[in-house]
Amino acid sequence: MDTDRIDQIIDRYEGQASFLIQIMLDIQNENRWLPRFALERVSQRLDVPLSRMLHIATFYKAFSLAPKGRHQINVCMGTACHIRGAGRVLDTIRDLTGIGPGETDLELKFSLETVNCLGCCALGPVVEIDGKTHGKISAADTADVLDSYE
Amino acid sequence: MSDITMRIDDQEVTAEQGMTVLEAAQRAGISIPSLCHHDKLKPYGGCRLCMVEVTAKNRTKLVVSCVYGAEQDLVVKTRSDKIDKIRKTVLELLLARAPDSEILKEFSDEYGADKDRFEKEASFCVHCGLCVRYCAEIKKLHAVTFVDRGYRKEIRFVPEIASKVCNDCKECFPLCPTSYLQAAFVLSQSLISPSESSVTKHDK
Repeated sequence: MDTDRIDQIIDRYEGQASFLIQIMLDIQNENRWLPRFALERVSQRLDVPLSRMLHIATFYKAFSLAPKGRHQINVCMGTACHIRGAGRVLDTIRDLTGIGPGETDLELKFSLETVNCLGCCALGPVVEIDGKTHGKISAADTADVLDSYE
Repeated sequence: MSDITMRIDDQEVTAEQGMTVLEAAQRAGISIPSLCHHDKLKPYGGCRLCMVEVTAKNRTKLVVSCVYGAEQDLVVKTRSDKIDKIRKTVLELLLARAPDSEILKEFSDEYGADKDRFEKEASFCVHCGLCVRYCAEIKKLHAVTFVDRGYRKEIRFVPEIASKVCNDCKECFPLCPTSYLQAAFVLSQSLISPSESSVTKHDK
């Protein structure tokens, strides 16, 4: 992602400051994180203080100020999943990827996050990777599932 | 604009339209404790210390006086057992954050707050927002901001802006009710340019 692309996104919203969060989300979705130069560019174009953007970027969990992996793993830690062994699934993912919740591996392959409920408790334990739900996953299945991601 | 008359602690007080209860009280020389209020800044309602009891149309409620607008015939009580108890608890919670703040110590002597009541989570910032709001509203520099949210919320200097403007200003320093702001500034400074700030001073 370069400055031209960021300008294109800003232009989609006619450079209006009221679309700040939407613009930030578009950059986040495309780039998976918000690089500093992108924040500075948006701040400059929309005439919004950089401090305000940092406030927003750290307030919402949807934004990341650090590079994220190509695949986002969300491990459900809700009550039902917890009972059904989410802890063991998480430990396995930890061992396989070498990263803990909130971290990203050096190859930028995976980012790991724990979530509190994905709303499909009957499928527990649930792991969601790039929006795809892997239900009734066992610690043993985890390796196969992770292997299917490049 | 017509003036408003109201009663604060059995004293007849006149206020202008648009004033808050806290401002009306201060103008009449009645003191209400507050950490986050500043004459030049917009009302914020951050510290909750200025809690008072107001009675309007036969209904009594507890409100935060720095954001509650003055009304005609309002009856305000700035001290009562109930209010003192609330202020004491608020102080104790703030003291868990900033146990060594001088102004908090003064208030706690007055309200009998025990600084050891709650487990210490010394972050030294009480989230009054004075520095953030002063920098944004008065100076329009936006060099310091809140980041994160909830209990993890903290102030942070934005290096890109702070490195250009802060050294000539520092007007937010005396506003801080703890001394966290200065500490945060020194920290940012040493992260931006380790060679010329704290590191060398330390070596000398």
